[in-house]
Amino acid sequence: MIAHAIVFYIFSLIAIVSAIMVTVSKNTVNSVFFLILDFISISCLFIMIGAEFLGMIMLIVYVGAVAVLFLFVVMMLNVAQQKNEWFNSSGRSSHIPIGLLVSIIIFFELIIVIGGWKYKPDLLDSIAIEINTDLTNTQSLGSVIYTDYIHLFQLSGMVLLVAMIGAIVLTFRQRSGVKRQSYFKQISRGRKDGIELVDVENNKGVKIDA
Amino acid sequence: MAELFIFFEQIYRILFLLIPVLVSVAMIVWLDRRVWAFVQKRRGPNVVGPFGLFQTLADALKYIFKEIIIPASSNKVIFILAPIVTMTLALIAWAVIPFSETFVLADINVGILYLFAVSSLGVYGIIMGGWASNSKYPFLGAIRSAAQMVSYEVSIGVIIINVLLCVGSLNLSDIVLAQKDLWFVIPLFPMFIIFFISALAETNRPPFDLPEAEAELVAGYQTEYSGMMYAMFWLGEYANILLMCAMGSILFLGGWLSPIDLFPFNVIPAPIWLILKILFLFILFALIKAIVPRYRYDQLMKLGWKIFLPFSLIYVVLTASFLMYFDLLPGN
Repeated sequence: MIAHAIVFYIFSLIAIVSAIMVTVSKNTVNSVFFLILDFISISCLFIMIGAEFLGMIMLIVYVGAVAVLFLFVVMMLNVAQQKNEWFNSSGRSSHIPIGLLVSIIIFFELIIVIGGWKYKPDLLDSIAIEINTDLTNTQSLGSVIYTDYIHLFQLSGMVLLVAMIGAIVLTFRQRSGVKRQSYFKQISRGRKDGIELVDVENNKGVKIDA
Repeated sequence: MAELFIFFEQIYRILFLLIPVLVSVAMIVWLDRRVWAFVQKRRGPNVVGPFGLFQTLADALKYIFKEIIIPASSNKVIFILAPIVTMTLALIAWAVIPFSETFVLADINVGILYLFAVSSLGVYGIIMGGWASNSKYPFLGAIRSAAQMVSYEVSIGVIIINVLLCVGSLNLSDIVLAQKDLWFVIPLFPMFIIFFISALAETNRPPFDLPEAEAELVAGYQTEYSGMMYAMFWLGEYANILLMCAMGSILFLGGWLSPIDLFPFNVIPAPIWLILKILFLFILFALIKAIVPRYRYDQLMKLGWKIFLPFSLIYVVLTASFLMYFDLLPGN
């Protein structure tokens, strides 16, 4: 039990320190790396309380996919420079009211969350579904998600689908003059389309690739 | 006191697993070069030791004594961390691989998810190395590699779902035991092929070795690395390849099970069967390296997203409907 507590404190210490470092560190790429460290230690904490499925999914989705894209964007765009310009710009006072508003809202939300802790025993009593300790995490999740919560599950799928289509619509642009390989065209090309005999006029040349 | 004893016992077990893995990585590099050479009618490494078996050891010795050069304009911490991350991730995944019914370091409930998570983290070693080098070719290689690995992971995930539908458990030992009567390679043969090709892309092996395409990018993300750090990248890469082969043999080729449960076959100890299957898959990897030319980048992306992903999704629906219709669903 002592070993369990020691491991718990190590992971939570890493989680808190790296969460602070995300906001403090000057280099944006380092921030993202600390964010990844944070995700990893939090998924370790999930595994420690026995939620191994949630912990692994957190690793796969957040660390394996989302954070990679984050890192991508941060490395490709020069975010660090933009951040500095943002803070050093002459009209800096205009950011402060919005920033204050957002942070005050988040502060009150946190208070509500922590306040909810007081009612935790009542919440445990009012649980709708019996907790079956014989089943593994994954089995019990699966048996609940696809039966009792099917509508919420489908709804979240729809939200994701809309987000996906939205991202495609926003970034999709058709450029002219780009040569793309078309397997269908390649295969259906016969001998007649392949060769063309042209009489070349002197000093004129031929226009190919029309 | 008892806890301390357990601690040391665990360390002993970890070493008992890791040292053979490292040695076999060295041997597998030799095997790769030999197979490659035989396909091209060359001899390959055959000078150091019997059949050139100690060639990799000699190479490693050479790398150890070389100077480690850290570029002046690089991000030094991340530059040094990158090969360590690659190596560590390639080795920690072996903790859940079951070599027999009893011989497994950590028989966890979500073994296959753990394997999937660790292999999806593998991309970080490459991105970190490519970015921290602060140089054009490594960065291009890292970007290519990240896009490639993330894309092919998706189809590997869907393929794993296919297998899990037939097993009803995420535990690797259960996955192997479910194949007692029929290896999954037979009912799920198309998935096995797609898994194999995706594994090639996931480990940056030819014909998908675009991250280090030497004709375009010098050596990709490894360009600025030298000495032992380069060797660690290299070892990590081969350990990852072995891991993918192990994953393939557990998911599709029945892991440690013998092909037929008859006299001459079932006397051979279980780990030997797993090793033989891993070797078989690895020789296929090596043959493909020698035979197939490199893909173009847009072809690679098209293959991953427009062919493999829809096909494996359709196969999930097919597998699920088949199991449902014939009432073969596991569990319950």
